Amino acid sequence: MTAESNIQLDRRSADGDAVLEVENLTVEFPTEDGVVQAVRGVSYRLAPGEAMGIVGESGSGKSVTSMAVMGLLPKTAKITGSVRFRGEELLGRSENGFAEIRGKKIAMIFQDPLTSLNPVYTVGRQIAEAILAHNDVSKKVANDRAVELLATVGIPFPEQRVNNYPHEMSGGMRQRVVIAIAMANDPDVIIADEPTTALDVTVQAQVLEALEAARAATGAALVLITHDLGVIAGHADRICVMYAGKLVEKGTVDEVFYEPRMPYTLGLLGSLPRLDEAGRERLTPIVGSPPSLMHLPPGCPFTPRCPLAQPICEEREPDLYGTDQPGHVAACHFHERLVGVTPGQLFRPTSADTGSVAPANLETQQ
Amino acid sequence: MTAPNVAEPAVSTDRQPVLAVHDLVKHFPVRSRGLVRRRVGDVHAVCGLSFDLFENETLGLVGESGCGKTTTGRLLLNLIPATSGEVVYGGRNLVELSPGQMRPLRRDLQIVFQDPFASLDPRMTVNEIVAEPLRIHGLLGSGKQARDKVRELLRMVGLNPEHGNRYPHEFSGGQRQRIGIARALALRPKALVLDEPVSALDVSIQAGVINLLDDLQHELGLSYLFISHDLSVVRHIADRVAVMYLGKIVELADKEELFTRAAHPYTQALISAIPLPDPRKERSRQRITLTGDVPSPVSPPSGCRFRTRCPKFADVLSEDERQKCVNEEPALIDRGQGHASACHYAEAMKLV
Ligand SMILES: Nc1ncnc2c1ncn2[C@@H]1O[C@H](COP(=O)(O)OP(=O)(O)OP(=O)(O)O)[C@@H](O)[C@H]1O
Ligand SMILES: Nc1ncnc2c1ncn2[C@@H]1O[C@H](COP(=O)(O)OP(=O)(O)OP(=O)(O)O)[C@@H](O)[C@H]1O
Ligand code: SF4
Ligand code: SF4
Ligand SMILES: [Mg+2]
Ligand SMILES: [Mg+2]
Repeated sequence: MTAESNIQLDRRSADGDAVLEVENLTVEFPTEDGVVQAVRGVSYRLAPGEAMGIVGESGSGKSVTSMAVMGLLPKTAKITGSVRFRGEELLGRSENGFAEIRGKKIAMIFQDPLTSLNPVYTVGRQIAEAILAHNDVSKKVANDRAVELLATVGIPFPEQRVNNYPHEMSGGMRQRVVIAIAMANDPDVIIADEPTTALDVTVQAQVLEALEAARAATGAALVLITHDLGVIAGHADRICVMYAGKLVEKGTVDEVFYEPRMPYTLGLLGSLPRLDEAGRERLTPIVGSPPSLMHLPPGCPFTPRCPLAQPICEEREPDLYGTDQPGHVAACHFHERLVGVTPGQLFRPTSADTGSVAPANLETQQ
Repeated sequence: MTAPNVAEPAVSTDRQPVLAVHDLVKHFPVRSRGLVRRRVGDVHAVCGLSFDLFENETLGLVGESGCGKTTTGRLLLNLIPATSGEVVYGGRNLVELSPGQMRPLRRDLQIVFQDPFASLDPRMTVNEIVAEPLRIHGLLGSGKQARDKVRELLRMVGLNPEHGNRYPHEFSGGQRQRIGIARALALRPKALVLDEPVSALDVSIQAGVINLLDDLQHELGLSYLFISHDLSVVRHIADRVAVMYLGKIVELADKEELFTRAAHPYTQALISAIPLPDPRKERSRQRITLTGDVPSPVSPPSGCRFRTRCPKFADVLSEDERQKCVNEEPALIDRGQGHASACHYAEAMKLV
């Protein structure tokens, strides 16, 4: 934890007005087998220009949280809580009410660029249309701006590329086009859900650079959802760790990476093979599977996998408790015991996985 | 034994290769669309690979999508016919063997695939899945003996043998991958091709499977060809690493050498592109970014295949120096960096 980033954070929260405030957000999906509690009380504040990462296991609710913010969930979803953009409530708005914000104020980037691109129009036309939808400018101006945007996201020969159809581009280039569209209207928030997961690392580096360029040009705040802790380490100021539909740890990247206070976070860090470390130190996996979100037992959802679990953990689900750093919170009854603890001290370097059978909700994600 | 232009890696000279690959080539025909599907060209998927897989070692094979890793793995086990070249196992060239001749050798050479779900028959119980290879080779036995063999295999891969009568869908992704490994181990193979065995798993689960592969190698003295696009995993698990680009090995070295003294510009770009889960290191890191896309393997560039994206070619070399990259294919040899790389202007560099 450097003093510098502390000051920066304080300044951010002091000058105060968050661009995006999510408060006690819950999302439930009624299904034939029961209610899926996909998001169970998520709260975060995003300061202007800030980059916040969200990590968590597959199925932990990262995407559903963001889809709720964007008003993109199916009608069957039962949503409660509050999502405010610059103080204005978004939840409960009509489709038209959302459309005003979406694309112009809050832009979203998905894992598969083809979900956001229309195969029958050139990428230039699609960028220009995004501009024209929210701005009173001529077509000429919009087209010129499209070329500029392609250049900003690092596409070579933008004057020619602007006339390409999506299928004429590689996956990495398409994703950069999506970023160009996202920044077309100078948004205040960009939400990127696994924007580089399907890409090769050298292409991922290009796309992340494009994302940084977009942020620099627009001053937008960023919510970056990824399973890659490396991507968060390099591109986020703060990090939220999600587990079973809840945020279980929140803090600056330095706090959470170097001083984790929730056993699940330690488990994640101890599971990572390191490119930057020699030697063959054993990894410490988290054995078992995350719980079914269908019939969650009371108590801490990490209990069956947690080496620190006590009887109280099965009875009472921990709140997000403050730690020794302001703004660094962890959902664990025993977070104080984790001061100075390394993953290797908490988890065993096991190679077995003899736990009982995976819960039903794991299958639906295949 | 090895092709003339390949430097023998210093660390392994005292060991016997289990598999020796010489100048292995695989072309896939590209056909025209329409009624008469004429052959209009070839995908140059694997282009003259030479390497050894030694006893009890893990050779990591890394590179980006489409560079030919899976094709190489399949060629090694003769699952697809090679266009030319040799894969020598036990003194025999597998490439020339018929399926019938290959069959007894299959016991020794096994493969584990990336997608644990797709590779397991959903209608079979785990016991049946694991027992199947034994049964096919007439090694299962019957009654308690057969049951004990299967239980031992499940125990060996860290699963609870009591769960053997359940079906694949009742297991988590990591557990399914363990079932695939148990099946591959049933015949007590000497070498395993592991094709992205942990790529589909969450990191917390992936770690357990990596530990398992480590343990199994020590217990059973296995050789692994470990195919992955994840260099962090490879640094953890491999002894030596081969880096592929567009069908060719561009660098081959002892693991520590490769990660601390990468000599080929592609390897350097690859290493520098991997994000580190360490915020302080990430903030202070220099990145080598590549521009452009991987060229089509149907018509790879002349000379050095990496030249269209090579930062050294674009930014550092003089016009004269570039000529060599365009006209002359760089051999995979040691140019004074302590290990083999396929770059005329190889220079060792520490990046992490
Ligand atoms: N429309 C839906 N109906 C029922 N359940 C759903 C629906 N959409 C999502 N879920 C469930 O909600 C939970 C959270 O899903 P979500 O997609 O947010 O996970 P995630 O953290 O983004 O995972 P991943 O890393 O795999 O993308 C999962 O259990 C999922 O199966
Ligand atoms: N059966 C086939 N017919 C035609 N081309 C093929 C076939 N199999 C592979 N190829 C081509 O051969 C090249 C190498 O493919 P391969 O699957 O070996 O790559 P890879 O390195 O395993 O990639 P990935 O990381 O995506 O798995 C690619 O250009 C691919 O499109
Ligand atoms: S509350 Fe209990 S079970 Fe949950 S993480 Fe903390 S110690 Fe583990
Ligand atoms: S031979 Fe030339 S083009 Fe190829 S990697 Fe070396 S410097 Fe780059
Ligand atoms: Mg998701
Ligand atoms: Mg492959």
